[in-house]
Amino acid sequence: MTALLTGTGLYRSYGPTPALRGLDISVAAGEIVAVTGPSGCGKSTLLHCLAGILRTDAGEVRYRDQDIGLWSEAARSRLRRTDFGVLFQFGQLVPELTAAENVALPLLLAGSGRREARKSATLWLGRFGVGDLADQLPGAMSGGQQQRCAVARALVTEPRVLFADEPTGALDVLTGEQVLTEIVHVAREQGTSVVLVTHEPRIAAYADREVALRDGVLDPTGLGLGLGA
Amino acid sequence: MGGVSTSHVLLGLLCAGPQHGYELKKAHDERLPRAKPLAFGQVYATLGRLERDGLVAQTGQDREGGPDRTSYALTDAGRQRLDEWLAAVEPPAPYVSSTLFAKVVVSLLASGAAAATDYLIAQRAAHVARLRELTAVKTARDASAGDVVAADYAIAHLDADLRWLQTTLARVTDLHQEVIT
Repeated sequence: MTALLTGTGLYRSYGPTPALRGLDISVAAGEIVAVTGPSGCGKSTLLHCLAGILRTDAGEVRYRDQDIGLWSEAARSRLRRTDFGVLFQFGQLVPELTAAENVALPLLLAGSGRREARKSATLWLGRFGVGDLADQLPGAMSGGQQQRCAVARALVTEPRVLFADEPTGALDVLTGEQVLTEIVHVAREQGTSVVLVTHEPRIAAYADREVALRDGVLDPTGLGLGLGA
Repeated sequence: MGGVSTSHVLLGLLCAGPQHGYELKKAHDERLPRAKPLAFGQVYATLGRLERDGLVAQTGQDREGGPDRTSYALTDAGRQRLDEWLAAVEPPAPYVSSTLFAKVVVSLLASGAAAATDYLIAQRAAHVARLRELTAVKTARDASAGDVVAADYAIAHLDADLRWLQTTLARVTDLHQEVIT
């Protein structure tokens, strides 16, 4: 498999505190990779750097063989609208917009027509079992329902790469499993790559492969899930 | 977890109506996917015991096809025995008994902390690999509800073992001190 996304020699610090200390990672097209490790190991920072949300202090992030670190903020922001989907532990829906409007938003920003965007949004909400909540505001939904909407929003543009940072961390076990299973199905059908950050072995098992981190570098023992995590 | 009581499972399967040994074996393997398949010998031996105790009764014989085709039906006493078993709560983990745990302690006694750590790391890798296999079974498009429920059970137990393997890796040194003094 050829790499779709690579990080080479990634360094990133927050002030004097290093989060990534020379890390290499590679994700193939259609591959689901779990990034695991205890709290503070740098796994979320890695996701943010790969998704072009954070700039690295040193090293290269290449997507489809282009160094996205050299791109302007606007170009990287555009990349996240067209090619990347991003999902965090808490939905981060726009509170003033309905579920369908939230999900349609990335399509509208990417230039889709209103009617078409609405249609896709409804479809994706249905796929994640919240089709009947299309006209609800996030405040009227449960945490699990909001997160299902957020997953639909992250996937509505049919991204090539989905970045998911503890996407089921705030969900009950059953809802979490349903959401993950559906993400796996979508990824398999559409050839979407997934970078899945988690500290739980049970969640990492949904991936094809696990990359374990400790203290900002790869953990050669593979024990990234961390002691007592 | 102790072994599953085959006799009670067979009594339950007979609630669907009289069946012979071969049908019962098939029903068992289908309803409890990913359990160890039942051996024919075990089915016939169990049916023999259940008949002796009056919990099942022969209802007829079908000699076509050669092998033993005696059909059995649940008796009233069998139904009562089954209901008692179904309602009885299983004692939750009365003893801490696990090969994993015993192996770590014996390894510390016999070979020391490094050997115990090596074992824990290797065991963890095997558990993670099995966890991934079972998760793939669950997420397959054609997974039946039985597959999912069976995989869920195994996954939950592997996950519990994995948590224990992680915390024990951190505690190997303390445990070693305690074991050798």
